[in-house]
Amino acid sequence: MNPLLSIQDYKAHFYTRRGIVKAVNGITYDVHPGQTLAIVGESGSGKSVSQLSYLGLLPSPPLKITGGQVLFEGNDLLKMGEDQLRKIRGDKISMIFQEPMTSLNPYLKIGSQMIEPLVIHRKKSKKEAWKLATQALERVGLSRPDQAMESYPHEFSGGMRQRVMIAMALTTEPKLLIADEPTTALDVTVQAQILELLKSIQKENEMAMILITHDLGVVAGAADEVVVMYAGRVFETGSVDDIFYRSQHPYTRALLRSTPRLDQLEKELPVIPGSPPDLIAVTEGCPFYDRCSYQKEICKAEFPRESSSGANHKRFCHVEKIS
Amino acid sequence: MSNSLWTDALHRLKKNKLALLGASFLILELMIFFLIPVLARLGYEAQDLELTFAAPSPVHWFGTDSLGRDLFSRVIFGGRISLTVGLLASLVSALVGVVYGSLSGFLGGKIDNSMMRIVDVLYALPFIFLVIILMVYFGRNFILLFVALGLTQWLTMARIVRGQVLSLRHKEFIEAANSLGLRQRDIVLKHLIPNTLGPVIVYLTLTVPSVILEEAFLSYLGLGIQAPLASWGTLIKEGVDVMDLAPWTLFFPAFFLSATLFSLNFLGDGLRDALDPKGARD
Repeated sequence: MNPLLSIQDYKAHFYTRRGIVKAVNGITYDVHPGQTLAIVGESGSGKSVSQLSYLGLLPSPPLKITGGQVLFEGNDLLKMGEDQLRKIRGDKISMIFQEPMTSLNPYLKIGSQMIEPLVIHRKKSKKEAWKLATQALERVGLSRPDQAMESYPHEFSGGMRQRVMIAMALTTEPKLLIADEPTTALDVTVQAQILELLKSIQKENEMAMILITHDLGVVAGAADEVVVMYAGRVFETGSVDDIFYRSQHPYTRALLRSTPRLDQLEKELPVIPGSPPDLIAVTEGCPFYDRCSYQKEICKAEFPRESSSGANHKRFCHVEKIS
Repeated sequence: MSNSLWTDALHRLKKNKLALLGASFLILELMIFFLIPVLARLGYEAQDLELTFAAPSPVHWFGTDSLGRDLFSRVIFGGRISLTVGLLASLVSALVGVVYGSLSGFLGGKIDNSMMRIVDVLYALPFIFLVIILMVYFGRNFILLFVALGLTQWLTMARIVRGQVLSLRHKEFIEAANSLGLRQRDIVLKHLIPNTLGPVIVYLTLTVPSVILEEAFLSYLGLGIQAPLASWGTLIKEGVDVMDLAPWTLFFPAFFLSATLFSLNFLGDGLRDALDPKGARD
């Protein structure tokens, strides 16, 4: 199966006064149609930048894409001009953001915002778009979609606004949905509902989804494939089971260990000592070197090559076997 | 649907008694000043030297001034000039200020920097100096008065709007609009400018009185309206000089000026509230 999105050795750096921030430092993975790929990592690991940058959503300068390819349906997004990219954004590739409370314009009715992608990309008349948008709202489970279209964002709760955002992202029936921490700002029950909703819509539309999150619980519940990122690098990729049960990377292991579990509440939660590296100071070596309990001399000098330990299970680590 | 902001705002504005009062007073005034010049039947320049400083009477409703001219006619003609100057110059300044400010804030970086330095330089030029140069160069001209007043008033507006846009530019909903593939122009027009309307309208209602007063000041220096034409500013100035002798020459133009400014403020305040969707609904 051809991947829908194929990211190859992609690098995106910020050129700041302090130096070059290597936010995305050579990442490679594929996203297949109908599948959910979760990108996990700590804050500042480059999860969001790795997605926003190739869509042209980050200010440039300071951002500069310094290498690699991002193939979407076989076309390199990095070679496209702003106009071409704009036609893809919001049409074939849609996004949902973390903050549903502020992602809607407070001065416009929900309806006037909902119809924008349809009017822009599908050249629908306002009336037609209004009808389609109302249906989209119904699909995401808003009880009175007609009334909702006439409302202003502040009249809605966070969960409802996130539903609106999802409905809006889906009006054009995108091939790929990028959800940047879509549930982080919501409470737990609403989180579950939103994830459930995303999954069911995905099934209907055969849509691929990239789920950016730092919540391993969300990953376990919603993802097919997982990419573990750290300091602008990919450390491990594989299926959910590969990552959760057969992880062969010290960082993934440490990350999993530091997740609270309901069946082990009495134990003190282990933490990963130290803190993520300053992205300006990253060297050619493995960025996890300082915090890794398996560190070897070679780790300091060069970043490991890809080694696979299963069909789709790839890892980047010099250590052969970890216990 | 697309102008739902305005239809909703109008709906909310109708609930605001003070704003309605202000609006009706202004409309009434405009109607009297522009549609019924017949009322000023005596003419603003007709002198009657045997009837100077006459008190209000059935013939001269507001009395007469030092040259025996009918004050009622003068207040009406003066109001025409004052309101035209005030409203037009303010609208022009708002338009220029909003466009300039939002562009500057949205484009950011070096462009923003140089655009704002131009504003700083214009700010530093003494306003009177600018007007005098304009007047000397192009001769005295009613249109030029708008230009001169507008030129100095848009600066603050531009700064206010730029500040607003700067703080809005990185809000998530702008990012979201970007991710939906909206064109930059649409983002500025549909998403940024409506969000700056509150402060713009408040400042606009503050600009109108200051423009009217500046026009009076210019006229006092002999750079604005020339006799026998009059504006409220010049009428008030004349009135102040003869306050003891004929208080009505001060009272009537001053009353109309204050009433107009009050109405504008009420209307502006009401508009600001009405344009905020978070305001009470129905």
